[in-house]
Amino acid sequence: MALFEARDLACQRGERLLFQALGFQIAAGEALMLTGANGSGKSSLLRLAAGLMPPAAGQFLWDGQPVTREAEAHRRRLVYLGHADALKAGLTVRENLRFWADLAGLSRPAAEAAVDAALDANGLQGLADLPARFLSAGQRRRLTLSRLLLQAADAVPLWLLDEPTNALDAQAQQRLLGQLRHHLGAGGTVIIASHESLEALPGRRLAVDDFEPAPFDEALLLASHDALGEVA
Amino acid sequence: MSAAFALLHRDLRLSLRQGIDVALVVLFFLAAGILFPFAVGPAPNLLAAIASGVVMVMAALAALLSLDRLYLPDFEDGSLDGLLLSPLPLEVIALVKALAHWLTTGLPLLVAAPVLGLILNLPPAAYLPMLTALLLATPMLSLLGGLGAALTLGSRRGGVLITLIILPLYVPVLIFAMAVIDAARLGLGSGAGFLILLAAMLLGSLALTPWATAAALRQAA
Repeated sequence: MALFEARDLACQRGERLLFQALGFQIAAGEALMLTGANGSGKSSLLRLAAGLMPPAAGQFLWDGQPVTREAEAHRRRLVYLGHADALKAGLTVRENLRFWADLAGLSRPAAEAAVDAALDANGLQGLADLPARFLSAGQRRRLTLSRLLLQAADAVPLWLLDEPTNALDAQAQQRLLGQLRHHLGAGGTVIIASHESLEALPGRRLAVDDFEPAPFDEALLLASHDALGEVA
Repeated sequence: MSAAFALLHRDLRLSLRQGIDVALVVLFFLAAGILFPFAVGPAPNLLAAIASGVVMVMAALAALLSLDRLYLPDFEDGSLDGLLLSPLPLEVIALVKALAHWLTTGLPLLVAAPVLGLILNLPPAAYLPMLTALLLATPMLSLLGGLGAALTLGSRRGGVLITLIILPLYVPVLIFAMAVIDAARLGLGSGAGFLILLAAMLLGSLALTPWATAAALRQAA
């Protein structure tokens, strides 16, 4: 039984059709790795899956139900971490994370506990009261990734990660791998766009550039036009 | 509720930590207003005649000046995606952002306005009406400005575009707010009718702009 499924998706950015007839199925405990060249539409596919923009065609299903029918429930069940770190330079490490915990609707004690646990898990406890402007790129990334740990897999089963290993050192990558494994083990699911190898994860791969539309063929159009003329 | 409060708290904290932003808005309001006695001459009657207009136009321009920090930082650093995906309805987010903007621009302008009134020789009887009119008008500057800021997200030259989109919407606000002050200055009664109109416009903006702003934010993502 597929937990999260995409059917016949197409994505258009500006004038350009990035991909079409794209589909996938992921079961609970499985990861989906998106591969493909730069600009093939990996990031766009993640934004579609998060519901941040509507697909040009096709739909997503969660437990067999179209997500557009329950958009709010879909928002609650996912964490989306894009390219940008979504950190405020003027807030401390703890305040940054605490904001996302509060915004997710965690109660005050739950948010405090979750923030502490997430900072511990990513080795940021020592930096907790430092303004985020003083963090290195890798530390910023770790702080952003800490948002994944604020809620358990049964509350937020779907992780959508765009290049999560950017700027991470080997140790932090191992830590992320462990967290991903734990999430999948708890029945969660994750879609990752990544050049780096997080290949050790159980799951499937999807090459987004396989769904690139064929280049526009003018000869074919003329031929069909002629054929139409003959019919008329 | 606590999520909305967390957003308000964050926006206020960011504004106050970069306190220079709030100070700049007030300084712009005063400095640009002080130019008028130099430009049109120090004749007390002339200054009193234009005082209401100068105060309201400077308030509008000062609010305009600060609109680019309403949504643009969140849009650029990716926080807007997180806000869009939060359980908080986007209309509430738009309302909270406008409230935070008003608390850090409209309210300080309210405090600074009597100083500008003094410089422009505003008659004593007009101070209370001026503050009442500003109290009703400045939240509208933030609400309509939020709509403009959301509409221009992602466009180049957003700052200029905001001005072109929002200034026409500011015109009715300015007209009625100035009418309130002028009625008091010229002793033409309390101007209560204009105040009621301003209040009605504020209620209308409170009810409508969050929806429009939310729609614009969804498009921007």
